[in-house]
Amino acid sequence: MGWLPEPIERLLEVALVGELTVVGRDGRPITHPLIPLYDGEKIYLHSSTLFSKKLEHIKRDPRVSLALTDPVAMKGNLDRATIQGTARIIEDDPHADWERLILDLWQRKEPAINDFLKARVALPLFFERAVIEITPERALFWADGRTDQPPVETRAPRSVAA
Amino acid sequence: MTTTAPMRSGSIPAHDPTAADLEKLATYPHAIVSWVDDAGYPTSVATSFEVDAEAGTVSLAAPGGMPIPTDREVNVMGSHIHPQPGIGYDERRYIQLWGRTSDGTTFTPVRAWGWDETEVPFFEYSERSVPQSRRYLAQLSKEKGRTIRPRLSPFWLALRTTRLPFLSATAVPVLLGIAVAATDGAFTWWTALLTLIGGSFAHLAINVTNDIFDTLSGADDANTTPTQFSGGSRVAVYDLVSIRGLSQLAVALFGAAALIGLLLVAVTGSLTLLWIGIAGIVVGVAYTAPPLKLVYRGLGEFAVALGFGPIMLLGAYVVQTGRIAIEPLVLSLVPGILIALILYVNEIPDRRSDAEAGKRTLPVRLAPSTVQTGYLVGAIAAFAVIVIGVAAGVLPWPTLIALAAVPIALRVHQGIKVHYDSPYTLMAVMGTNVNLNLVVGGLLLVAYVLTIVVALFV
Repeated sequence: MGWLPEPIERLLEVALVGELTVVGRDGRPITHPLIPLYDGEKIYLHSSTLFSKKLEHIKRDPRVSLALTDPVAMKGNLDRATIQGTARIIEDDPHADWERLILDLWQRKEPAINDFLKARVALPLFFERAVIEITPERALFWADGRTDQPPVETRAPRSVAA
Repeated sequence: MTTTAPMRSGSIPAHDPTAADLEKLATYPHAIVSWVDDAGYPTSVATSFEVDAEAGTVSLAAPGGMPIPTDREVNVMGSHIHPQPGIGYDERRYIQLWGRTSDGTTFTPVRAWGWDETEVPFFEYSERSVPQSRRYLAQLSKEKGRTIRPRLSPFWLALRTTRLPFLSATAVPVLLGIAVAATDGAFTWWTALLTLIGGSFAHLAINVTNDIFDTLSGADDANTTPTQFSGGSRVAVYDLVSIRGLSQLAVALFGAAALIGLLLVAVTGSLTLLWIGIAGIVVGVAYTAPPLKLVYRGLGEFAVALGFGPIMLLGAYVVQTGRIAIEPLVLSLVPGILIALILYVNEIPDRRSDAEAGKRTLPVRLAPSTVQTGYLVGAIAAFAVIVIGVAAGVLPWPTLIALAAVPIALRVHQGIKVHYDSPYTLMAVMGTNVNLNLVVGGLLLVAYVLTIVVALFV
């Protein structure tokens, strides 16, 4: 099971948006706002093939970080977290893999997706998607959003990080 | 600020940062600052900040225990999204700036990129990104050693490829032709049904042919603001169907239409019907296909008026009666004009990409005010045909009930004026314009049924 501290897991479970940072072709960081999903162990993000530059970056360098803060979804709680990890792109079948792997998690966090799915014919490429599976390795946490204070750092047990 | 080489991210190009970019950043409550750490991992921290747009700098609050490095590039992002429970999101926007900090807090951006859906609507952003999707799937196919293409379920793919919902444009003139024939005492149900089916096959074949040539000419590729009424089916643009597949489908549909047409010619023994059928297929193909490419020469509206007016309506009448008459010819002008006006309005959002592809439609050629006036003139002409037709004793007086649809035409005219430059808000106007043809066609059908009923009992 997962090792992330409970307040970070709570953020992952409710945050509607997280900022995924990847390493670009020229080594510079590039950040993408995405909806984070969490199954208690791995973090899942997903991307349409329309906006697939990030996938190309991850395939070249799988090291990523995910920043989380969502006071609206957290009902005023200002907690912030950053999770570093290694990402794997699941793209064997961009038409169907994501539905099998993450649709359930996605529907739970964003029920409106069901209505969009009904209109799949209108936006067929939007629903050709790859899954970004992140294995967390290091987590930084700032209670109450106090990033002026040093973060509480947690690392994955060796067996997970290996 | 330093000038940098252009960098594309998705479909919206990165650019040198401007004061406006910094002012946009200033609207976000906090910024996410990211860099690549010594272990090679990106790391991020949310922090507060202040913007000095004039100086072109951002003053970042120093994160505790995580000094922002000064020896490498840093990314500063502001992001906003507004969840609408049960609906999705709106107010999506983000901006990211790349640059360096001289002292760990003073950030000087040299490059900017972002998206704001109030500036580039989500659907347009998606369309602009289609080439990226195609590149990605081509590369993925290469990596996996098998072809990976986007898919749709067979039902939705067939619906999208043929643009099936547009068949209402065929139903109106064909049913009217049959109705006029019925008032003349001629009606055979199965030839009427075959006419409707044959006309529908011809219409779908023309839709598919149109997509083939608009894809080959680059008109559909260049169009980044298609709507459900304009911009074609896009199945070839999205690589859902190959050009070869579309060509096979067009041949099959044309073949089916021709078979039914020949069967009806054989049954009626009417050479007039044969010529009408040939004219229909020639006009339909010449609409986009070389060498005539009528729609590329500003003649598309006239081709459509001819095809969905006299050819369809008169053809349906001839199937039933075996002859041509003045009444169906006059009546055919009404759906002919109204369906040409559907094309005319649907060409408005496509006009920039059409111009790029050399497709010189009327909205490409004419000034906006002329296009708007042109719509009004066309709509008035359609209704004038009914009034003059009744006054001249050619059309039965109940057809005047179609004038009840005049307010719809006026609403469309007003909508075109207001939404001329906004493809997505024009979409509702395009829908109303499609309904105008259906309402007028429906009222004319009611008028003919009334005429038949009155003739039976009076």
